[in-house]
Amino acid sequence: MKETNALLYLDNVTVSFDGFKAINNLSLYIEPGELRAVIGPNGAGKTTMMDIVTGKTRPDTGDVLWKGEVDLTKEDEASVARLGIGRKFQRPTVFETHTVEDNIRLALKADRGVFTTLFAAVTGAEKARIDELLNLVRLTARRHEPAADLSHGQKQWLEIGMLLAQEPELLLVDEPAAGMTDDETMETAKLLRDIAGERSVIVVEHDMDFVRMLDVRVTVLHEGSVLSEGTLDHVSADPRVVEVYLGR
Amino acid sequence: MAHSSLIGRAVAARSQAFLLVLLAIAVLVPVMNLAVPAGSFFHIPSYGVSLFGKYVCYALLALSIDLIWGYCGILSLGHGAFFALGGYAMGMHLMREIGPRGVYGDPILPDFMVFLNWKELPWFWHGFDFFPFALLMIVAVPGVLAFVFGWFAFRSRVTGVYLSIITQALTFALMLAFFRNEMGFGGNNGLTDFKDILGFDLQHDTTRCGLFVASILALGLGYSICRFVVRSKAGKVLVAIRDAESRTRFLGYRVEGYKLFVFVLSAMLAGVAGALYTPQVGIINPSEFSPANSIEVVVWVAVGGRGTLIGAVLGAIIVNGAKTLFTGWFPEIWLFALGALFVGVTLFMPKGVMGLLRGDGGGGAKIKLLLEKLGAARTGRMLR
Repeated sequence: MKETNALLYLDNVTVSFDGFKAINNLSLYIEPGELRAVIGPNGAGKTTMMDIVTGKTRPDTGDVLWKGEVDLTKEDEASVARLGIGRKFQRPTVFETHTVEDNIRLALKADRGVFTTLFAAVTGAEKARIDELLNLVRLTARRHEPAADLSHGQKQWLEIGMLLAQEPELLLVDEPAAGMTDDETMETAKLLRDIAGERSVIVVEHDMDFVRMLDVRVTVLHEGSVLSEGTLDHVSADPRVVEVYLGR
Repeated sequence: MAHSSLIGRAVAARSQAFLLVLLAIAVLVPVMNLAVPAGSFFHIPSYGVSLFGKYVCYALLALSIDLIWGYCGILSLGHGAFFALGGYAMGMHLMREIGPRGVYGDPILPDFMVFLNWKELPWFWHGFDFFPFALLMIVAVPGVLAFVFGWFAFRSRVTGVYLSIITQALTFALMLAFFRNEMGFGGNNGLTDFKDILGFDLQHDTTRCGLFVASILALGLGYSICRFVVRSKAGKVLVAIRDAESRTRFLGYRVEGYKLFVFVLSAMLAGVAGALYTPQVGIINPSEFSPANSIEVVVWVAVGGRGTLIGAVLGAIIVNGAKTLFTGWFPEIWLFALGALFVGVTLFMPKGVMGLLRGDGGGGAKIKLLLEKLGAARTGRMLR
């Protein structure tokens, strides 16, 4: 085990699919409470990186450590989630036929075993937490409606609410502002900034305006490895980044 | 909040009404068979009691499919296997109960074993003379098979049509195996010529009525168990798996555990259905494993309305009632009628009979939507 204080520690990670290196010697450290934006052109390996952290894809080589002690490459999706890593998909994914309230309820931190949930009743504390989260993501008025009836932006927010209900220590958020109106985008940036501090957040985003709103440290991925890292102004000035984004 | 409690009350009322109807049938059918004189319009002949009893067993089988398909998206096309295994477990008990009254008069060996010149009872036939042991096997054998099958299939994340295909392979393989005489289950002919159950003559009207009532009770109990499961938080997780499996995984639920649980429960229910079916029909043979049977059950559930539980029961009874009538009137066209029914239901009643009864997603709604679209198109043209 490596000595590290980072909450999430990726070191020299490589994964290839049929010879194509989707992730190539990637190293990335996320501190507790940090908000980090990850940008990069299509095929840079952003989603694959999330797949590796959340136990969906096993890296060929390299270390992925959680709090410096748990080897995430040995865990499956469910146990990674239970360790405290929440993931929001690029396309909003909620349980369409369940009510908004039930979506949150299913995500609440609790014992996930079959025989526990079979006999579980909603406790007062859970009810209060559901109310609080619905309020935060502004869906209180729609709590009894099926999630399928929500707008695209509202589904994004519901999914963020579900993530928070898990009480994770790290949130991986894939393009949260996709398909949102300008107002919603601004609100989302504010929400993510509020969440960070207490928890760490990694935001993968295409939209540079949104990244500017977040106003955080930016990691630029290209062809599976880190191309540049720093403030948005710093990386935008980096000639290698300019080359990747504007073509050569 | 008033909204959700209203729905809750409506659902509770519907399920209470359903259980009351079952209770009424459990009382009425035996009375109309045993107490009403044979000439009366209200008399139900004994073959009718067994026929209805058979439908009730099918209804329980359909219920077990709806639990996994309707609520968890697992489309099993091999559930007839669990039904048949339950049926065979009961059949083995009934064979042992024949005792020395068989054609060959052997005190221990069933007739087919004497015929095959076997000298002693195979090891797996021991214990079946003891009724409680047979009862245990009726749920244990399908349960264990479902557990082993599900363990491998769900852990390897086999889903959708691939899972359906291997369930078909499962029941087909069992059919071929049970056809073989060496397997020790009566081969081609299966198990038949049963005499009595727990000392009651199977040909007697009161025994038939007793079996009918037992089937209704099993259906009521099965329904109550399924309803408890689907209304619990675990039931909501099952629906979550059906609608967005990977989302459920990333929330920290171990999806394969939930699937395994509900698959095993469903197989056990199917086993009980088969066990009640055997004495009422009087025979269990390998054709019960035939892949087409399992597919038919899915049609019943689709007709009744997937994911409603009561719909599965209604679908099984409606389709089998129609089958009995049709095969009597025009035996040649039954299969075409069944095919047409399935196509018709998929096109015009996507939520089945239950959708029609509730007035959502039925043919009426679809036609209304079509009219609205036409109306909108016309308005659009007029504006231009």
